[in-house]
Amino acid sequence: MNNKDLLNLIDITVSFEGFLALNKLNLNLKKGELRAVIGPNGAGKTTFLDVITGKVKPTKGEVIFKGKSLVGRKEHKIARLGVGRKFQSPRIFENLTVKENLEISVTTPKSPLNLINKSIKDEQLNEIDRLMKIVNLAQKVDSKAGSLSHGQKQWLEIAMLVGQKPDLMLVDEPVAGLTDEETDLTADLLKSLSGENTVVVIDHDMEFIRRLDSNVSVLNQGTVLCEGTMETIQKDKKVIDVYLGRPED
Amino acid sequence: MSFSKIKFDKKIVLSFWIILIALIIAAPTLLPVFRLNLLGRYLSLSIVALGVDLIWGFTGLLSLGQGIFFALGGYCAAMYLQITSSSEFPNNIPEFFALYGVEKLPFFWEPFRSPVFTFFAIWIIPALIAGLIGFLVFRNRIKGVYFSILTQASLLVFFNFFNGQQKLINGTNGLKTDVTQLFGQMVGSEPMQRLFFWITAALVIASWFFAKWVVKGRFGNILIGIRDDEPRVRFTGYNPVIFKTIIFSIAGGLAGISGALYTVQSGIVSPQFMTVPFSIEMVIWVAVGGRGTLLGAILGAVFINYAKSLVSEALPASWMFIQGGLFILVVTALPEGVLGWLQGDGPRNLLQRFGLKRKIETYPSLEVNNKEGNNE
Repeated sequence: MNNKDLLNLIDITVSFEGFLALNKLNLNLKKGELRAVIGPNGAGKTTFLDVITGKVKPTKGEVIFKGKSLVGRKEHKIARLGVGRKFQSPRIFENLTVKENLEISVTTPKSPLNLINKSIKDEQLNEIDRLMKIVNLAQKVDSKAGSLSHGQKQWLEIAMLVGQKPDLMLVDEPVAGLTDEETDLTADLLKSLSGENTVVVIDHDMEFIRRLDSNVSVLNQGTVLCEGTMETIQKDKKVIDVYLGRPED
Repeated sequence: MSFSKIKFDKKIVLSFWIILIALIIAAPTLLPVFRLNLLGRYLSLSIVALGVDLIWGFTGLLSLGQGIFFALGGYCAAMYLQITSSSEFPNNIPEFFALYGVEKLPFFWEPFRSPVFTFFAIWIIPALIAGLIGFLVFRNRIKGVYFSILTQASLLVFFNFFNGQQKLINGTNGLKTDVTQLFGQMVGSEPMQRLFFWITAALVIASWFFAKWVVKGRFGNILIGIRDDEPRVRFTGYNPVIFKTIIFSIAGGLAGISGALYTVQSGIVSPQFMTVPFSIEMVIWVAVGGRGTLLGAILGAVFINYAKSLVSEALPASWMFIQGGLFILVVTALPEGVLGWLQGDGPRNLLQRFGLKRKIETYPSLEVNNKEGNNE
């Protein structure tokens, strides 16, 4: 652990009635880093996000974010501290328009009084315009989010995530169900976000991970099996055994 | 896009309003006293329906206990009327106390001597109690069916309590208001009833505008967000507990106003306001009128109740069947309610079915259903 770290997970153990979803998991993230997390089904990838965002309380261990412990904090408090999350399948508000979805994400402070009393600030409207351009949804401003295509929904959710201005973005399978072209665009988008933001991407898609060109952590059975660049990972014997399969396969 | 939608939004909504306002203005001269009184009562019920729509239609909280707040508002109004009209009775306290040998006014009656206190109590007391119940329930993340059951259980607790307290609030007999005095006139008299009708109509419109104001903009969008995907709202940095508590409290306040108006126009408040079927009926009005359309809640409450009284006069035993049938029809055929159906693609689809309109050309939806995939 050092001062440049944004997030430290220390010996995280999550036990669901005896089943260890995470087992003494340790992971450190530097500020501005882009990190990919891969692992076979049931490796604990989603639980790992649940622990950071406060949805699941670890049985043991510590989560330190910007020097503060996140364990025991409510989800919305963690979100306000600067942890944003994109879910596996797009979770947007389908009955609201694209613009309304983004309004919800960029609004600060997130208190009822502010929402009911004041109209949205100009700088927040500008931010919405900017986000809609980034994700190519400018023409869909007033369409119901539910009417978007799958790829557009994924991007809207990414835009909502960015609009929250989180220090740490947790992105769960952003390219599931996307076309190759959309996948490439998403990879570029995420790469452009890192540097200023710290981004954790969880995915199965090896081509996509390779394109991210980032450090990779491999999870297996609730713990970090191996960390390094894509090349190192692919040569690691343990990783090959549990996940990538042997070359002759 | 469906052009029927645009047409309906402007024309139908406007004409509904013109008809409604015209009815209100003309009602006292057009309708016999008896009918006017019924219309006044049903209009007052539409205020509680607005509250149900806010919490259920917009926020997804199906409360089966709105009768609690409705009755509380009614009791507040009745206590004031009884106590200010009790000068000729023994000990200068309401008449019924003598039946149970009570000589001293119970302490909680005292503040109701003040008209100002009563004016505020009618909506603030139900709103506070709703807020308190709501906060405790929402904080523990009780939702869905469990929330409905809990509100119904609370309703039964209140019902049994009020039913049993003869010495405090005349128990099962309730408190009569029609023979009490207000502004030197009998509450049940014709001019007073006319006045109450106007007040009710004005308050329905005021409540409607208030409810519209609440759901417009970002606050309303968060309510819809909570209804559709509460965890997502939380991960975006909002605390759903506060929003749900506020809206549940608002619905409680509206129920209180509604109950007070209903009480002065029906002449009595009793624990019957807190029976289980009555609170379920409130939900049916909104379901039939159209969840999430505030106007639908008002129209549903007024029309269903008017139909109820007309049908009951003609065929006394048949109303329950009709109401049940109506509910089944709405649940199976018009899940958005009548107004929701009219505002959506309903009329177009119906015309299509009879071959009167061409189908819109579109691609079948190929999208992945996001409700199944999320790892909630």
